[in-house]
Amino acid sequence: MKNSSIYKFSTLFKTQYANMLEYRAEIALWAISGVIPFFMLNIWTNNGLNESINISNVMLSRYFLSAFFVRQFSVVWVVFTFEEDALLGRVSPYIIQPLHPFIRYFAQHIAEQITRFPFALFIAIFFFIFNPQSLWIPSFLTIIISLVSIFFSFLIQFLMQSIIASFCFWTEKASSIEKLLFIPTLFLSGLLAPVSSFPPYVKSWIYLTPFPYLIDFPASILSGNQANITEGIFIQFLWIILFFTIFKKSWKAGTKKFTAMGL
Amino acid sequence: MNIKKYLQVYSYFNYSSFSIELEYKINLFIDLLTSILGLIGSVFLLSIFFSNTDEIGGWNFNQALIIQGIYTILNGVTNTWFNPNLKEIVKYIREGTLDYVLLKPIDSQFWISFKRISPTGLIEILLGFFVLSYCFYINNISFTIWSFILLIITLICSISILYSLWFLISTTTIWFVKTWNATEVLRSFLYMGRFPMDSFSFSLRIFFSTVIPITFITTIPSEVLLGLSPAWKIILEVLVSMTFLIFSRKFWKFALRFYTSASS
Repeated sequence: MKNSSIYKFSTLFKTQYANMLEYRAEIALWAISGVIPFFMLNIWTNNGLNESINISNVMLSRYFLSAFFVRQFSVVWVVFTFEEDALLGRVSPYIIQPLHPFIRYFAQHIAEQITRFPFALFIAIFFFIFNPQSLWIPSFLTIIISLVSIFFSFLIQFLMQSIIASFCFWTEKASSIEKLLFIPTLFLSGLLAPVSSFPPYVKSWIYLTPFPYLIDFPASILSGNQANITEGIFIQFLWIILFFTIFKKSWKAGTKKFTAMGL
Repeated sequence: MNIKKYLQVYSYFNYSSFSIELEYKINLFIDLLTSILGLIGSVFLLSIFFSNTDEIGGWNFNQALIIQGIYTILNGVTNTWFNPNLKEIVKYIREGTLDYVLLKPIDSQFWISFKRISPTGLIEILLGFFVLSYCFYINNISFTIWSFILLIITLICSISILYSLWFLISTTTIWFVKTWNATEVLRSFLYMGRFPMDSFSFSLRIFFSTVIPITFITTIPSEVLLGLSPAWKIILEVLVSMTFLIFSRKFWKFALRFYTSASS
Protein backbone atom coordinates (compact mmCIF):
# COMPACT_ATOMS: atom_id res chain seq x y z
CA MET A 1 0.00 0.00 0.00
CA LYS A 2 2.81 2.39 0.90
CA ASN A 3 4.05 2.54 -2.66
CA SER A 4 0.73 2.81 -4.37
CA SER A 5 0.08 5.89 -6.44
CA ILE A 6 -2.95 6.76 -4.31
CA TYR A 7 -0.71 6.98 -1.27
CA LYS A 8 1.77 9.15 -3.16
CA PHE A 9 -0.94 11.42 -4.40
CA SER A 10 -2.66 11.82 -1.05
CA THR A 11 0.63 12.70 0.63
CA LEU A 12 1.44 15.18 -2.09
CA PHE A 13 -2.03 16.61 -1.78
CA LYS A 14 -1.81 17.02 1.99
CA THR A 15 1.51 18.87 1.81
CA GLN A 16 0.29 21.08 -1.00
CA TYR A 17 -2.90 21.87 0.89
CA ALA A 18 -0.89 22.95 3.92
CA ASN A 19 1.24 25.03 1.58
CA MET A 20 -1.77 26.68 -0.01
CA LEU A 21 -3.38 27.49 3.34
CA GLU A 22 -0.24 29.45 4.05
CA TYR A 23 -1.07 31.67 1.08
CA ARG A 24 -4.79 32.01 1.74
CA ALA A 25 -4.73 35.80 1.59
CA GLU A 26 -3.44 35.68 -1.97
CA ILE A 27 -5.97 33.05 -2.90
CA ALA A 28 -8.74 35.25 -1.52
CA LEU A 29 -7.53 38.09 -3.72
CA TRP A 30 -7.41 35.74 -6.64
CA ALA A 31 -11.00 34.74 -6.00
CA ILE A 32 -11.98 38.42 -6.03
CA SER A 33 -10.22 38.95 -9.35
CA GLY A 34 -12.72 36.54 -10.88
CA VAL A 35 -15.67 38.88 -10.47
CA ILE A 36 -15.74 39.96 -14.13
CA PRO A 37 -18.88 37.84 -14.86
CA PHE A 38 -20.81 39.94 -12.33
CA PHE A 39 -19.84 43.15 -14.07
CA MET A 40 -20.88 41.64 -17.38
CA LEU A 41 -24.21 40.63 -15.86
CA ASN A 42 -24.67 44.24 -14.83
CA ILE A 43 -24.17 45.44 -18.41
CA TRP A 44 -26.53 42.77 -19.76
CA THR A 45 -29.44 43.41 -17.44
CA ASN A 46 -28.96 47.16 -17.08
CA ASN A 47 -29.36 47.61 -20.83
CA GLY A 48 -31.99 44.93 -21.34
CA LEU A 49 -29.71 43.10 -23.76
CA ASN A 50 -31.07 39.69 -22.79
CA GLU A 51 -34.60 40.34 -24.04
CA SER A 52 -33.83 39.33 -27.60
CA ILE A 53 -32.04 36.10 -26.65
CA ASN A 54 -34.93 34.86 -24.51
CA ILE A 55 -33.12 34.50 -21.21
CA SER A 56 -34.85 36.13 -18.27
CA ASN A 57 -32.94 38.36 -15.87
CA VAL A 58 -33.08 35.71 -13.17
CA MET A 59 -31.80 32.93 -15.44
CA LEU A 60 -29.05 35.19 -16.74
CA SER A 61 -27.91 36.11 -13.25
CA ARG A 62 -27.83 32.42 -12.34
CA TYR A 63 -25.85 31.76 -15.49
CA PHE A 64 -23.22 34.38 -14.68
CA LEU A 65 -22.97 33.26 -11.05
CA SER A 66 -22.41 29.69 -12.27
CA ALA A 67 -19.88 30.96 -14.79
CA PHE A 68 -18.06 32.63 -11.90
CA PHE A 69 -18.02 29.33 -10.00
CA VAL A 70 -16.89 27.28 -12.98
CA ARG A 71 -14.08 29.73 -13.64
CA GLN A 72 -13.02 29.65 -9.98
CA PHE A 73 -12.61 25.90 -10.07
CA SER A 74 -11.07 25.55 -13.49
CA VAL A 75 -8.33 28.18 -13.25
CA VAL A 76 -5.04 26.68 -14.34
CA TRP A 77 -1.59 28.21 -14.00
CA VAL A 78 0.65 25.18 -14.48
CA VAL A 79 2.59 26.75 -17.36
CA PHE A 80 3.72 29.68 -15.21
CA THR A 81 4.90 27.43 -12.37
CA PHE A 82 6.61 25.06 -14.74
CA GLU A 83 8.32 27.88 -16.61
CA GLU A 84 9.71 29.26 -13.37
CA ASP A 85 10.80 25.82 -12.21
CA ALA A 86 12.47 25.18 -15.56
CA LEU A 87 14.30 28.51 -15.57
CA LEU A 88 15.51 28.09 -11.98
CA GLY A 89 16.62 24.50 -12.57
CA ARG A 90 14.12 22.94 -10.17
CA VAL A 91 12.83 20.63 -12.88
CA SER A 92 16.00 18.53 -12.85
CA PRO A 93 15.37 16.87 -9.45
CA TYR A 94 11.68 16.46 -10.28
CA ILE A 95 12.48 14.59 -13.46
CA ILE A 96 14.63 11.99 -11.69
CA GLN A 97 11.92 11.18 -9.17
CA PRO A 98 9.79 8.09 -9.84
CA LEU A 99 6.76 10.35 -10.16
CA HIS A 100 5.66 12.40 -13.13
CA PRO A 101 6.38 16.06 -12.30
CA PHE A 102 2.94 17.06 -13.47
CA ILE A 103 1.30 14.92 -10.78
CA ARG A 104 2.86 17.38 -8.35
CA TYR A 105 1.37 20.36 -10.19
CA PHE A 106 -1.95 18.59 -10.44
CA ALA A 107 -2.04 18.12 -6.66
CA GLN A 108 -1.13 21.79 -6.28
CA HIS A 109 -4.12 22.84 -8.36
CA ILE A 110 -6.57 20.61 -6.51
CA ALA A 111 -5.28 21.85 -3.15
CA GLU A 112 -5.63 25.44 -4.31
CA GLN A 113 -9.22 24.87 -5.41
CA ILE A 114 -10.18 23.52 -2.01
CA THR A 115 -8.53 26.49 -0.31
CA ARG A 116 -10.43 28.77 -2.65
CA PHE A 117 -13.83 27.19 -2.07
CA PRO A 118 -14.82 29.13 1.09
CA PHE A 119 -13.91 32.45 -0.54
CA ALA A 120 -15.94 31.66 -3.65
CA LEU A 121 -18.87 30.68 -1.46
CA PHE A 122 -18.55 33.92 0.44
CA ILE A 123 -18.66 35.95 -2.78
CA ALA A 124 -21.72 33.96 -3.88
CA ILE A 125 -23.53 34.74 -0.62
CA PHE A 126 -22.70 38.39 -1.13
CA PHE A 127 -24.15 38.13 -4.64
CA PHE A 128 -27.41 36.65 -3.32
CA ILE A 129 -27.77 39.42 -0.76
CA PHE A 130 -27.83 41.91 -3.64
CA ASN A 131 -29.91 39.67 -5.94
CA PRO A 132 -32.19 37.69 -3.61
CA GLN A 133 -34.60 36.86 -6.45
CA SER A 134 -31.97 34.82 -8.26
CA LEU A 135 -31.36 32.47 -5.32
CA TRP A 136 -31.80 28.85 -6.31
CA ILE A 137 -30.80 25.46 -5.00
CA PRO A 138 -29.92 22.96 -7.72
CA SER A 139 -30.99 19.37 -7.20
CA PHE A 140 -28.45 16.91 -5.87
CA LEU A 141 -28.18 15.22 -9.26
CA THR A 142 -27.55 18.57 -11.00
CA ILE A 143 -24.80 19.37 -8.52
CA ILE A 144 -23.11 16.00 -9.12
CA ILE A 145 -23.32 16.32 -12.91
CA SER A 146 -22.05 19.89 -12.90
CA LEU A 147 -19.21 18.93 -10.58
CA VAL A 148 -18.19 16.27 -13.09
CA SER A 149 -18.33 18.69 -16.00
CA ILE A 150 -16.47 21.39 -14.04
CA PHE A 151 -13.77 18.85 -13.24
CA PHE A 152 -13.62 17.83 -16.90
CA SER A 153 -13.35 21.48 -17.90
CA PHE A 154 -10.48 21.84 -15.44
CA LEU A 155 -8.82 18.72 -16.88
CA ILE A 156 -9.09 20.02 -20.46
CA GLN A 157 -7.49 23.32 -19.48
CA PHE A 158 -4.86 21.62 -17.35
CA LEU A 159 -3.87 19.36 -20.23
CA MET A 160 -3.90 22.21 -22.75
CA GLN A 161 -1.58 24.22 -20.54
CA SER A 162 0.60 21.21 -19.85
CA ILE A 163 1.14 20.82 -23.58
CA ILE A 164 2.16 24.48 -23.76
CA ALA A 165 4.32 24.01 -20.66
CA SER A 166 6.21 21.22 -22.37
CA PHE A 167 7.16 23.76 -25.05
CA CYS A 168 9.36 25.26 -22.31
CA PHE A 169 11.91 22.63 -23.29
CA TRP A 170 12.27 24.43 -26.61
CA THR A 171 11.53 28.12 -26.05
CA GLU A 172 12.05 28.80 -22.30
CA LYS A 173 9.27 31.40 -22.31
CA ALA A 174 6.18 29.38 -23.11
CA SER A 175 3.87 31.55 -21.01
CA SER A 176 3.42 34.00 -23.87
CA ILE A 177 1.82 31.21 -25.90
CA GLU A 178 -0.51 30.65 -22.97
CA LYS A 179 -1.42 34.36 -22.96
CA LEU A 180 -2.28 34.04 -26.64
CA LEU A 181 -4.48 31.02 -26.01
CA PHE A 182 -6.14 32.81 -23.12
CA ILE A 183 -7.75 35.35 -25.49
CA PRO A 184 -10.07 32.87 -27.27
CA THR A 185 -10.68 31.20 -23.91
CA LEU A 186 -11.84 34.52 -22.51
CA PHE A 187 -14.11 35.51 -25.36
CA LEU A 188 -15.43 32.18 -26.62
CA SER A 189 -15.86 30.18 -23.43
CA GLY A 190 -18.96 32.02 -22.28
CA LEU A 191 -17.39 33.88 -19.38
CA LEU A 192 -18.38 37.31 -20.73
CA ALA A 193 -21.48 36.39 -22.69
CA PRO A 194 -23.42 33.11 -22.86
CA VAL A 195 -22.69 31.17 -26.05
CA SER A 196 -26.41 31.16 -26.87
CA SER A 197 -26.15 34.91 -27.49
CA PHE A 198 -23.38 34.53 -30.06
CA PRO A 199 -24.14 35.40 -33.69
CA PRO A 200 -24.90 32.46 -36.03
CA TYR A 201 -21.63 32.82 -37.96
CA VAL A 202 -19.75 31.99 -34.75
CA LYS A 203 -22.20 29.40 -33.42
CA SER A 204 -21.74 27.34 -36.58
CA TRP A 205 -18.14 26.43 -35.76
CA ILE A 206 -17.67 27.17 -32.07
CA TYR A 207 -18.87 23.75 -30.94
CA LEU A 208 -16.03 22.17 -32.91
CA THR A 209 -13.56 23.87 -30.54
CA PRO A 210 -13.09 23.02 -26.86
CA PHE A 211 -13.92 26.56 -25.68
CA PRO A 212 -17.70 26.41 -25.08
CA TYR A 213 -17.16 23.26 -22.99
CA LEU A 214 -14.88 25.13 -20.60
CA ILE A 215 -17.38 27.52 -19.03
CA ASP A 216 -20.64 27.81 -20.93
CA PHE A 217 -21.51 24.11 -20.78
CA PRO A 218 -20.87 23.47 -17.05
CA ALA A 219 -22.39 26.84 -16.13
CA SER A 220 -25.53 26.07 -18.14
CA ILE A 221 -25.96 22.75 -16.34
CA LEU A 222 -25.45 24.29 -12.90
CA SER A 223 -27.75 27.24 -13.52
CA GLY A 224 -30.48 25.12 -15.09
CA ASN A 225 -30.21 26.73 -18.52
CA GLN A 226 -30.55 24.64 -21.64
CA ALA A 227 -27.75 22.10 -22.17
CA ASN A 228 -27.39 18.73 -23.82
CA ILE A 229 -25.81 16.94 -20.88
CA THR A 230 -24.81 13.52 -22.21
CA GLU A 231 -23.49 14.87 -25.49
CA GLY A 232 -21.56 17.65 -23.74
CA ILE A 233 -19.88 15.41 -21.22
CA PHE A 234 -18.98 12.92 -23.94
CA ILE A 235 -17.33 15.67 -26.03
CA GLN A 236 -15.47 16.96 -22.97
CA PHE A 237 -14.20 13.44 -22.45
CA LEU A 238 -13.03 13.23 -26.08
CA TRP A 239 -11.06 16.47 -25.69
CA ILE A 240 -9.43 15.13 -22.53
CA ILE A 241 -8.30 11.97 -24.34
CA LEU A 242 -7.02 13.95 -27.31
CA PHE A 243 -5.05 16.44 -25.22
CA PHE A 244 -3.71 13.70 -22.97
CA THR A 245 -2.26 11.85 -25.94
CA ILE A 246 -0.70 15.03 -27.32
CA PHE A 247 0.72 15.89 -23.92
CA LYS A 248 2.31 12.46 -23.54
CA LYS A 249 3.96 12.81 -26.94
CA SER A 250 5.16 16.38 -26.43
CA TRP A 251 6.47 15.59 -22.96
CA LYS A 252 8.40 12.61 -24.28
CA ALA A 253 9.91 14.65 -27.09
CA GLY A 254 10.61 17.52 -24.71
CA THR A 255 12.44 15.54 -22.07
CA LYS A 256 14.80 14.32 -24.79
CA LYS A 257 15.60 17.98 -25.55
CA PHE A 258 15.95 18.79 -21.85
CA THR A 259 19.01 20.73 -20.79
CA ALA A 260 19.36 21.38 -17.08
CA MET A 261 19.44 25.05 -16.17
CA GLY A 262 20.52 27.23 -13.31
CA LEU A 263 22.32 24.61 -11.28
CA MET B 1 16.95 67.33 -9.66
CA ASN B 2 19.22 67.22 -12.63
CA ILE B 3 16.98 66.56 -15.60
CA LYS B 4 19.83 65.91 -18.00
CA LYS B 5 21.23 63.20 -15.76
CA TYR B 6 17.84 61.56 -15.43
CA LEU B 7 17.28 61.57 -19.17
CA GLN B 8 20.65 59.98 -19.74
CA VAL B 9 20.01 57.30 -17.12
CA TYR B 10 16.62 56.70 -18.70
CA SER B 11 18.16 56.13 -22.12
CA TYR B 12 20.51 53.56 -20.56
CA PHE B 13 17.51 51.83 -18.96
CA ASN B 14 15.82 51.61 -22.35
CA TYR B 15 18.94 50.35 -24.04
CA SER B 16 19.45 47.52 -21.54
CA SER B 17 15.76 46.55 -21.51
CA PHE B 18 15.56 46.38 -25.27
CA SER B 19 18.61 44.15 -25.46
CA ILE B 20 17.04 41.81 -22.89
CA GLU B 21 13.68 41.71 -24.66
CA LEU B 22 15.13 41.17 -28.11
CA GLU B 23 16.59 37.91 -26.82
CA TYR B 24 13.10 36.50 -27.22
CA LYS B 25 12.16 37.59 -30.72
CA ILE B 26 9.44 35.00 -31.26
CA ASN B 27 7.81 36.19 -28.06
CA LEU B 28 7.52 39.68 -29.51
CA PHE B 29 5.62 38.25 -32.43
CA ILE B 30 3.33 36.16 -30.22
CA ASP B 31 2.60 39.18 -28.03
CA LEU B 32 1.69 41.22 -31.09
CA LEU B 33 -0.71 38.49 -32.13
CA THR B 34 -2.15 38.44 -28.61
CA SER B 35 -2.92 42.15 -28.60
CA ILE B 36 -4.53 42.03 -32.04
CA LEU B 37 -6.67 39.03 -31.02
CA GLY B 38 -7.59 40.77 -27.78
CA LEU B 39 -8.86 43.77 -29.70
CA ILE B 40 -10.83 41.56 -32.11
CA GLY B 41 -12.29 39.73 -29.14
CA SER B 42 -13.59 42.85 -27.44
CA VAL B 43 -15.00 44.25 -30.67
CA PHE B 44 -16.73 40.88 -31.08
CA LEU B 45 -18.18 41.21 -27.59
CA LEU B 46 -19.37 44.72 -28.37
CA SER B 47 -21.00 43.46 -31.56
CA ILE B 48 -22.92 40.89 -29.48
CA PHE B 49 -24.18 43.66 -27.22
CA PHE B 50 -25.17 45.84 -30.15
CA SER B 51 -26.89 43.05 -32.06
CA ASN B 52 -29.58 43.24 -29.36
CA THR B 53 -29.82 46.98 -28.99
CA ASP B 54 -28.88 50.22 -30.73
CA GLU B 55 -27.13 51.80 -27.80
CA ILE B 56 -25.81 50.88 -24.38
CA GLY B 57 -25.78 53.61 -21.78
CA GLY B 58 -26.41 56.20 -24.49
CA TRP B 59 -23.42 55.15 -26.60
CA ASN B 60 -23.84 53.70 -30.08
CA PHE B 61 -21.46 51.16 -31.58
CA ASN B 62 -19.24 53.65 -33.38
CA GLN B 63 -18.87 55.72 -30.25
CA ALA B 64 -18.17 52.71 -28.06
CA LEU B 65 -15.39 51.81 -30.47
CA ILE B 66 -13.57 54.99 -29.40
CA ILE B 67 -13.42 53.62 -25.86
CA GLN B 68 -11.86 50.43 -27.24
CA GLY B 69 -9.22 52.55 -28.95
CA ILE B 70 -8.43 54.51 -25.80
CA TYR B 71 -8.38 51.31 -23.74
CA THR B 72 -5.98 49.66 -26.19
CA ILE B 73 -3.60 52.63 -26.01
CA LEU B 74 -3.67 52.66 -22.21
CA ASN B 75 -3.29 48.90 -22.02
CA GLY B 76 -0.25 49.26 -24.25
CA VAL B 77 1.17 51.88 -21.91
CA THR B 78 0.57 49.55 -18.97
CA ASN B 79 2.25 46.65 -20.72
CA THR B 80 5.19 48.78 -21.84
CA TRP B 81 6.07 50.58 -18.62
CA PHE B 82 4.04 49.63 -15.56
CA ASN B 83 3.73 45.87 -15.77
CA PRO B 84 7.39 44.89 -16.35
CA ASN B 85 8.56 47.25 -13.59
CA LEU B 86 6.03 46.00 -11.13
CA LYS B 87 7.39 42.47 -11.54
CA GLU B 88 10.83 43.85 -10.72
CA ILE B 89 9.70 45.68 -7.58
CA VAL B 90 8.33 42.48 -6.11
CA LYS B 91 11.69 40.86 -6.79
CA TYR B 92 13.68 43.76 -5.30
CA ILE B 93 11.77 43.56 -2.06
CA ARG B 94 11.64 39.78 -1.77
CA GLU B 95 15.35 39.38 -2.38
CA GLY B 96 16.33 42.49 -0.47
CA THR B 97 18.05 44.06 -3.49
CA LEU B 98 16.07 47.25 -2.92
CA ASP B 99 19.03 48.14 -0.66
CA TYR B 100 21.17 48.75 -3.72
CA VAL B 101 18.52 50.91 -5.33
CA LEU B 102 18.12 53.04 -2.22
CA LEU B 103 21.88 53.55 -1.98
CA LYS B 104 22.15 54.91 -5.51
CA PRO B 105 22.42 58.69 -5.94
CA ILE B 106 19.16 58.77 -7.86
CA ASP B 107 15.52 58.97 -6.91
CA SER B 108 14.33 55.50 -5.88
CA GLN B 109 10.82 55.95 -7.30
CA PHE B 110 12.29 56.96 -10.65
CA TRP B 111 14.56 53.93 -10.73
CA ILE B 112 11.84 51.52 -9.70
CA SER B 113 9.19 52.88 -12.06
CA PHE B 114 11.23 53.18 -15.22
CA LYS B 115 13.92 50.54 -15.02
CA ARG B 116 12.30 48.16 -17.46
CA ILE B 117 10.47 48.70 -20.71
CA SER B 118 8.79 46.08 -22.82
CA PRO B 119 8.54 46.84 -26.55
CA THR B 120 5.47 44.67 -27.12
CA GLY B 121 3.15 47.24 -25.58
CA LEU B 122 4.43 49.85 -28.03
CA ILE B 123 2.80 47.91 -30.87
CA GLU B 124 -0.42 47.88 -28.89
CA ILE B 125 -0.25 51.67 -28.53
CA LEU B 126 0.12 51.98 -32.29
CA LEU B 127 -2.82 49.63 -32.75
CA GLY B 128 -4.90 51.80 -30.42
CA PHE B 129 -4.11 54.97 -32.36
CA PHE B 130 -4.99 53.14 -35.54
CA VAL B 131 -8.41 52.26 -34.10
CA LEU B 132 -8.86 55.84 -32.92
CA SER B 133 -8.17 57.29 -36.35
CA TYR B 134 -10.66 54.85 -37.84
CA CYS B 135 -13.17 56.10 -35.26
CA PHE B 136 -12.56 59.67 -36.39
CA TYR B 137 -13.60 58.59 -39.82
CA ILE B 138 -16.77 56.68 -38.89
CA ASN B 139 -17.95 59.20 -36.32
CA ASN B 140 -17.36 62.22 -38.60
CA ILE B 141 -15.36 63.96 -35.92
CA SER B 142 -14.11 67.36 -37.00
CA PHE B 143 -10.65 67.46 -35.63
CA THR B 144 -9.35 70.76 -34.29
CA ILE B 145 -6.14 71.73 -32.55
CA TRP B 146 -8.18 72.45 -29.45
CA SER B 147 -9.72 68.98 -29.25
CA PHE B 148 -6.31 67.48 -29.91
CA ILE B 149 -4.82 69.38 -26.97
CA LEU B 150 -7.71 68.32 -24.75
CA LEU B 151 -7.29 64.69 -25.82
CA ILE B 152 -3.59 64.78 -24.99
CA ILE B 153 -4.27 66.40 -21.60
CA THR B 154 -6.92 63.83 -20.65
CA LEU B 155 -4.76 60.96 -21.89
CA ILE B 156 -1.82 62.17 -19.79
CA CYS B 157 -4.16 62.39 -16.81
CA SER B 158 -5.43 58.84 -17.44
CA ILE B 159 -1.88 57.55 -17.66
CA SER B 160 -1.00 59.34 -14.41
CA ILE B 161 -3.96 57.75 -12.63
CA LEU B 162 -3.08 54.34 -14.02
CA TYR B 163 0.54 54.75 -13.01
CA SER B 164 -0.43 55.82 -9.51
CA LEU B 165 -2.76 52.85 -9.08
CA TRP B 166 -0.06 50.41 -10.17
CA PHE B 167 2.58 52.11 -8.11
CA LEU B 168 0.39 52.20 -5.00
CA ILE B 169 -0.11 48.45 -5.23
CA SER B 170 3.59 47.88 -5.82
CA THR B 171 4.36 49.97 -2.76
CA THR B 172 2.28 47.71 -0.55
CA THR B 173 4.80 45.00 -1.42
CA ILE B 174 6.96 46.46 1.35
CA TRP B 175 4.47 45.13 3.90
CA PHE B 176 2.93 42.13 2.17
CA VAL B 177 5.82 40.92 -0.03
CA LYS B 178 3.54 38.98 -2.38
CA THR B 179 1.21 41.40 -4.12
CA TRP B 180 1.03 39.73 -7.46
CA ASN B 181 -2.58 38.75 -6.93
CA ALA B 182 -3.59 42.23 -5.84
CA THR B 183 -2.55 43.42 -9.28
CA GLU B 184 -4.76 40.71 -10.76
CA VAL B 185 -7.70 42.23 -8.91
CA LEU B 186 -6.82 45.66 -10.25
CA ARG B 187 -6.38 44.24 -13.74
CA SER B 188 -9.80 42.60 -13.75
CA PHE B 189 -11.44 45.83 -12.58
CA LEU B 190 -9.54 47.88 -15.14
CA TYR B 191 -10.81 45.47 -17.76
CA MET B 192 -14.22 47.10 -17.38
CA GLY B 193 -12.68 50.25 -18.83
CA ARG B 194 -13.45 48.73 -22.21
CA PHE B 195 -17.09 49.67 -21.82
CA PRO B 196 -18.79 53.04 -21.42
CA MET B 197 -19.35 53.68 -17.74
CA ASP B 198 -22.92 54.77 -18.41
CA SER B 199 -23.81 51.18 -19.27
CA PHE B 200 -23.42 50.07 -15.66
CA SER B 201 -26.01 50.45 -12.93
CA PHE B 202 -25.87 53.51 -10.72
CA SER B 203 -24.14 51.84 -7.76
CA LEU B 204 -21.40 50.33 -9.92
CA ARG B 205 -20.90 53.69 -11.62
CA ILE B 206 -20.30 55.26 -8.23
CA PHE B 207 -17.85 52.46 -7.42
CA PHE B 208 -15.98 52.95 -10.70
CA SER B 209 -15.75 56.71 -10.21
CA THR B 210 -14.56 56.71 -6.63
CA VAL B 211 -12.93 53.50 -5.41
CA ILE B 212 -11.25 52.60 -8.69
CA PRO B 213 -11.54 55.64 -10.97
CA ILE B 214 -12.05 53.82 -14.25
CA THR B 215 -14.49 56.50 -15.38
CA PHE B 216 -11.65 58.98 -15.47
CA ILE B 217 -9.33 56.60 -17.23
CA THR B 218 -11.20 55.70 -20.41
CA THR B 219 -14.66 57.28 -20.54
CA ILE B 220 -13.69 60.93 -20.14
CA PRO B 221 -11.01 60.96 -22.88
CA SER B 222 -13.55 59.32 -25.21
CA GLU B 223 -16.16 61.91 -24.33
CA VAL B 224 -13.62 64.63 -25.04
CA LEU B 225 -13.13 63.23 -28.53
CA LEU B 226 -16.85 63.25 -29.16
CA GLY B 227 -17.12 66.78 -27.82
CA LEU B 228 -19.55 65.57 -25.15
CA SER B 229 -17.47 66.33 -22.13
CA PRO B 230 -18.27 69.48 -20.15
CA ALA B 231 -15.33 71.53 -18.88
CA TRP B 232 -15.86 70.60 -15.25
CA LYS B 233 -15.27 66.91 -16.01
CA ILE B 234 -11.91 67.67 -17.58
CA ILE B 235 -10.89 69.90 -14.68
CA LEU B 236 -12.02 67.19 -12.26
CA GLU B 237 -9.94 64.63 -14.10
CA VAL B 238 -6.85 66.86 -13.88
CA LEU B 239 -7.44 67.31 -10.15
CA VAL B 240 -8.00 63.59 -9.57
CA SER B 241 -4.84 62.64 -11.42
CA MET B 242 -2.77 65.21 -9.52
CA THR B 243 -4.12 63.92 -6.23
CA PHE B 244 -3.27 60.36 -7.21
CA LEU B 245 0.25 61.28 -8.29
CA ILE B 246 0.99 63.23 -5.12
CA PHE B 247 -0.53 60.54 -2.93
CA SER B 248 1.44 57.74 -4.58
CA ARG B 249 4.64 59.75 -4.08
CA LYS B 250 3.86 60.41 -0.40
CA PHE B 251 2.85 56.80 0.13
CA TRP B 252 6.14 55.53 -1.30
CA LYS B 253 8.12 57.83 1.02
CA PHE B 254 5.99 56.66 3.92
CA ALA B 255 6.38 52.98 3.05
CA LEU B 256 10.15 53.22 2.79
CA ARG B 257 10.26 53.90 6.50
CA PHE B 258 8.98 50.38 7.04
CA TYR B 259 11.42 48.71 4.69
CA THR B 260 13.53 46.27 6.64
CA SER B 261 15.49 44.54 3.85
CA ALA B 262 15.75 40.79 3.52
CA SER B 263 18.56 38.42 4.32
CA SER B 264 20.88 37.85 1.41
